[in-house]
Amino acid sequence: MTTETHQPPAPTELSNWAWYAGLPVAAGLWWLLYAQLIPFSEWATALFPVARDSHTGEAIAFFIYDVPKVLLLLTGIVFITGVLRSWFSPEKTRAILAGKRQMWGYPLAAALGVLTPFCSCSSVPLFIGFVSAGIPLGVTFSFLIAGPMVGPVGLGLLYGLVGWKIATIYLVFGFTIATVAGIVLGHMGLERFLQDWVRELNAGPVGDMPEEPLTFVDRLKIGVEQVREIVGKVWIWVLVGIGIGAAIHGYVPEEIMLRIMGGEAWWSVPAAVVVGVPMYTNAAGVIPIVEALLGKGAALGTTLAFMMSVIALSLPEMIILKQVLTYRLIAIFLAVVAAGILATGFLFNFLL
Amino acid sequence: MKNVKVYGPGCRRCETVETMVKEAALELGVAVEVEKVTDAKSIAMAGIMSTPGISVDGKLVHAGGLPDAAKLETWLSA
Repeated sequence: MTTETHQPPAPTELSNWAWYAGLPVAAGLWWLLYAQLIPFSEWATALFPVARDSHTGEAIAFFIYDVPKVLLLLTGIVFITGVLRSWFSPEKTRAILAGKRQMWGYPLAAALGVLTPFCSCSSVPLFIGFVSAGIPLGVTFSFLIAGPMVGPVGLGLLYGLVGWKIATIYLVFGFTIATVAGIVLGHMGLERFLQDWVRELNAGPVGDMPEEPLTFVDRLKIGVEQVREIVGKVWIWVLVGIGIGAAIHGYVPEEIMLRIMGGEAWWSVPAAVVVGVPMYTNAAGVIPIVEALLGKGAALGTTLAFMMSVIALSLPEMIILKQVLTYRLIAIFLAVVAAGILATGFLFNFLL
Repeated sequence: MKNVKVYGPGCRRCETVETMVKEAALELGVAVEVEKVTDAKSIAMAGIMSTPGISVDGKLVHAGGLPDAAKLETWLSA
């Protein structure tokens, strides 16, 4: 057998051992940078000709500390998530969920929603693929709600910026809302509110593509590719979000925050949802704002409601889903999820 | 002449795939006709759930994300 020697390996192609060696080196470098965040931000803030404890000084320090921190966290989370998700695909998820009509189809769908890689631009083919495979509508909704709501980026940043307690609360309640909303929607018999063509459609069987075996290095490459793509896309949202967070942190007086978003103001929970839905940003953009709000004494329930409605309910997504759902079904979907978010918000404002 | 279909609603990655296919074909010297399928219904009918997807002469070869350049060449030269 003759081997093709005339083709030299492309210079960008790193050999396998370089990937294996590069992984711990990159992790170590990441850790070193992360450990230097506070000294770096204090040093950089001191370069500005403002008093450190003035409003402007506080805002600058918040911004300079948060930008590298969020970008580092984002890079790490997106990489790890990209590698983990390479074991999942919408096709496999559909095969797992098809035929699961029992109750635990819902939590399973929510869990798979978090683990399955899909971008919002393929949510329509994905929706059709699920429904036409006989996956109940409610289970499909659990999947679609959980994906953005309890995404790893949001959770990881919450963990890094506001601590594990709130991150855990968010995880548990986000997951519960996705599951329960799916169950409620599934029992409403909403199939008749799908667009006509979707109901009549008998989508083709999922193309039987040969399973492409991936090596571990392939999965690492997928992780790096994800970092390049996602961090390259959301960094601008991150800067805007941190800018807003810094302004809140530096300039908004605590008394005003308590009056607007404090636990006493019951109306603040629905107001947070109403404000949150039209806001369209990535989890990475909203969590610095959440950090600043909580730091100024905003009530946890109100803040959770705000964060969940920004991340999980977005108008652009509704517009995409309009292709397959009627306005009536979109309205019902919004109402059910919003009710779950409101309940979470009220519960935490009441408990704490 | 190979008929290549690129399935996707028109996101940036779908455009990238189209360019990748054309460049790979040019490099291999294979004549291709690239067709873009952007309609959600047709994408679903083709059995694709994650975009962008690629089919070569009616056979689905890839779905979801950017294809590996080496694999793309294999599909086009097969």
